[in-house]
Amino acid sequence: MTAADFLGSAGFDPVLLDQYGPSLLRGLRTTLALVAISVPLGFALALPLAFVRVEGGPLLRAAATGFTGFFRGTPLLAQLFLLYYGAAQFHGALQAAGVWWMFRDAFWCAILTFTLNTASYQAEILRGAAQAIPAGQIEAGRALGFGQFGIYRAIVGPQALILALRPLGNELILMIKASSLASVVTVVDLMGASKRAFSGSLDFEVYLWAALIYLALVEIVRRIWNALERRMTRHLRTA
Amino acid sequence: MRLALGVSRRALCATLLALIAASLAPPSLQAKEWTTIRIGTEGAYPPFNFVDSNQQLQGFDIDIAKAICDEEKVTCEFVAQDWDGLIPALLAGKYDAIFASMSITEERKNAIAFSNKYYQSPALFVADKKNAALVPTPQAMAGKTIGAQSATVSAKYLDGVFAPAGAEIKLYATQDEANLDLASGRVDAVLADKVVMLPWLEKSPDGRCCQMIGADVNDPKYFGEGIGAGLRKDDPDLKALIDKGIADIRANGAYAKINAKYFPFSLY
Repeated sequence: MTAADFLGSAGFDPVLLDQYGPSLLRGLRTTLALVAISVPLGFALALPLAFVRVEGGPLLRAAATGFTGFFRGTPLLAQLFLLYYGAAQFHGALQAAGVWWMFRDAFWCAILTFTLNTASYQAEILRGAAQAIPAGQIEAGRALGFGQFGIYRAIVGPQALILALRPLGNELILMIKASSLASVVTVVDLMGASKRAFSGSLDFEVYLWAALIYLALVEIVRRIWNALERRMTRHLRTA
Repeated sequence: MRLALGVSRRALCATLLALIAASLAPPSLQAKEWTTIRIGTEGAYPPFNFVDSNQQLQGFDIDIAKAICDEEKVTCEFVAQDWDGLIPALLAGKYDAIFASMSITEERKNAIAFSNKYYQSPALFVADKKNAALVPTPQAMAGKTIGAQSATVSAKYLDGVFAPAGAEIKLYATQDEANLDLASGRVDAVLADKVVMLPWLEKSPDGRCCQMIGADVNDPKYFGEGIGAGLRKDDPDLKALIDKGIADIRANGAYAKINAKYFPFSLY
């Protein structure tokens, strides 16, 4: 019994599945790639951003606040359009700079937009978590002879990560769903593949499949996050 | 108490569902006297349907629909709706007819009915002038990127004929977006309706980049039998009314006047 037969017996249209199932799975691969690249890159960018927000001088802090303010204050869809069609207006200059290959490709435009967007959200999460660590602990660290780096590595960092874990999981879930916006700039992700399948079949069932797949992805993340939290807080539990 | 609460909640749910179902249900199936026709169009497909600077819908499709309504003494109301959602919204009863340059195809006939055609136009490949030597055959376009508006006959044709031969197909929500990406070089060629691409090539600043390549494309298997008004299958009296309207404005010269306003050649 094939997977299509099994899903067919669960009440899904087997002919439709046969015709469009494979393209939806290819779309799912693109969705996973979008999220798996942009969210970790965003995290890597969020760490220095959050650090600057907490410890930077007035100029750096203003720059970081402006960056996160812009990306959190405007719709992701508008950012994507701005980057994709905006970049096209300057394709001569971008070509001269040798980066047009990246802006030419809708996938990399989406990655760049998503990375900058999620970086600003993650930076705010990390900033909040770092500032929630009681000042007394940092003073105690200094009294014990820790430097700035040591305080972040040994005292603030580990505790802030526990505080940030849940909101970061939320952000990952939001990005999984927000990645569907890539379909409006021609990326054939899960949503894009569903749109194509719908325009071919005019059968709403394909959107139901897409919804179920997104739901499954989010459920997987939720379970992984539960396990991560259990592991990261095991020293806080009494036997 | 718990049980009572449960029951009343269930009753509330049932009432809500019934209300939603009633509001979504298509109008009753009985023959009705048409005095007002609500017309859905895209509003992003110049010169056939577009929104002018006063936020009014304009274009060939709109003028034809208005002429039919005038001729048949009914009132027309227009609703703009994204291309992808035109057929679903028609089926959901948001409006009664689609005048949006929609090709009459076998595939769409599974879902909706069509009036007789009110115009017909072939499709055309357009490419950057640098690629003027490109021949738009499936073999020659292998490895190239071709753009089209999604859910159109052009998109279906590219997916059916050019994608299997190795071309990459990029689909856009509107024709304008596909043209932008042609101008910036993200796609090597665009396939779209000839009468839409010719004004773009001649009049728009972006269009100067490009020129038509190859001959007219009108494979009947994909491009159907012309452009008609999309209708629900259970409104045969509305189809009769619109078919009569098309025949009447063809006969009394109103059609020719609208045609001449937009194009120097016959579109029928």
